[in-house]
Amino acid sequence: MTASSLAMPPVRVEPPTRRMGPRRSRQATSLSGASALGLGVALLWFSLLVLIPLTAVLVQASAGGWDAYWAALSSAQTVAALKLTVGTSFLVTMINILMGTAIAWVLVRDHFPGKRVLEVVIDIPFALPTIVAGLVLLSLYGPSSPLGVNWANTRMAVFLAFLFVTLPFVVRTVQPVLLELEPEVEEAAASLGASRFTTFSRIILPSLAPAITSGAALSFARGISEYGSLVLLSGNLPYNTEVASVRILSYVEGDKLTDAAAVASILLVVALVVIVALDVISRRVARHG
Amino acid sequence: MASAVSATGAVRTTRQKSPLRWVLRVLVITYLFFLVIWPVALVAKATFSRGLAPVIESLSQPEVIFAFQLTLVVAFWAVLINTIFGIGISLLLVRYTFPGRRALSALIDLPLSVSPIVVGLSLLLVYSGQTGWLGSTLENAGLQVIYAPPGIVLATAFVSLPLVIREIIPVLHEIGTEQEQAARSLGASPVQTFARITLPAIRWALLYGVVLSLARSLGEFGAVKIVSGGVAMRTQTATLLVEERYGQFGPDNTTSAYAAAFILALIAVIALTIVTSLRPDKESS
Repeated sequence: MTASSLAMPPVRVEPPTRRMGPRRSRQATSLSGASALGLGVALLWFSLLVLIPLTAVLVQASAGGWDAYWAALSSAQTVAALKLTVGTSFLVTMINILMGTAIAWVLVRDHFPGKRVLEVVIDIPFALPTIVAGLVLLSLYGPSSPLGVNWANTRMAVFLAFLFVTLPFVVRTVQPVLLELEPEVEEAAASLGASRFTTFSRIILPSLAPAITSGAALSFARGISEYGSLVLLSGNLPYNTEVASVRILSYVEGDKLTDAAAVASILLVVALVVIVALDVISRRVARHG
Repeated sequence: MASAVSATGAVRTTRQKSPLRWVLRVLVITYLFFLVIWPVALVAKATFSRGLAPVIESLSQPEVIFAFQLTLVVAFWAVLINTIFGIGISLLLVRYTFPGRRALSALIDLPLSVSPIVVGLSLLLVYSGQTGWLGSTLENAGLQVIYAPPGIVLATAFVSLPLVIREIIPVLHEIGTEQEQAARSLGASPVQTFARITLPAIRWALLYGVVLSLARSLGEFGAVKIVSGGVAMRTQTATLLVEERYGQFGPDNTTSAYAAAFILALIAVIALTIVTSLRPDKESS
């Protein structure tokens, strides 16, 4: 069905044969004249758009020397922002691992009227502009909440915003793998006397583990880099609800580009680590799949 | 367990309705209801709380029309650039070998996990007119990038860069090269081979990638906020307008914030529905 990988372009956990497996003859050729020129143009554009600007962040971060770099990172306000960002992202990722797997399970194995609507609901947080996502959450958890709670400008708002924007990641990485999983294996385990729990932990969980890990990594990366949904929602109060991205922005607005780049370099390193981890996971899955 | 026979004599199969299944179903629906469904419905309700007339009135203000026009133009260019670049780099990554291919393939994904604020900062550092590495040269040549539409296009293209590529690469792997080689050996030019063989094979994945990029481009906020300056009637996009109007007092401003947000959300949901209904189901079989 619609196991659309809407939110997860980076992961290739899906049918493991796809990335590596030369199902049909796939002869990669080396570059000739026209294709070499094409590669040159593509690399030039990619460098101008992505590589040179990201390098500029690292260069700018080191512009004031090690002492300035360390001073920017160890300022109490920055430390508070980084702690909140990393802590909340971690918590949200844990919840996503549990709820995302449960949602994927229900979408694949359960059948009830209106299930297709849930498919669209899962993708809404990814398709919705982040500023609108903030407005959306504010309507239920803000000052005029019909629930009678007011979590605007609290850490609860940061938590909710992260939870909202990272919703699709684990679901959309686990879902295709669960679809491929043969129910026969589980039935065999059950008929051999394995309990429900044993079947889950010995048969299902190991097959899902790489997909869950990828989803969790993406969800964590998205959490620590989140900005748009917090603008209207969290109030960006220093030492309280200010996250790392907001910290960078206020440095930029105060024209302290070196300090901004120092904090940005931390986020950039985490993004790189996640990308490398995903690459390693997808290659391992491809080899064993 | 699987062979257990119930009182009615029917063999319980995997479709049995166990309590656990009900618990999971209710848990998932409740979770999604409180996290997504109810809040989204409330925004729709808040938009039309004073009726349709104020919504239409606020959407026909020149600032709002300008913001949406700018957003559309920027999204058009960003999607066009990403589509052309995406097809080219995907063909290169799949069909050719060259040193650094694996590194490039991994780096292509980077824009998806970099904070939009870091994206904005990085573009500012390179293209800013006063201090940027390339900005002053470009400015002397008459091209202002930062605080101008070209910068907004760059920021938007940056954040949505991998979406087209990640959709068509698996399909290119899947279809292989036999047909293309056959076409070439029968005397078709590279352009003919691409137009007649490759493009029809990847068209659904390409369309999917394009719609995803479009949705992402229309909604970009953080990166655009840094590079655009957000001046009304000059560099203010729709998402920046929502932020500005929400921050101002008075029911009219709130209505226009909600109305603009509603339009953006509507575009996102429509794009999503088109994408899921257009995509052939054979993919997942």
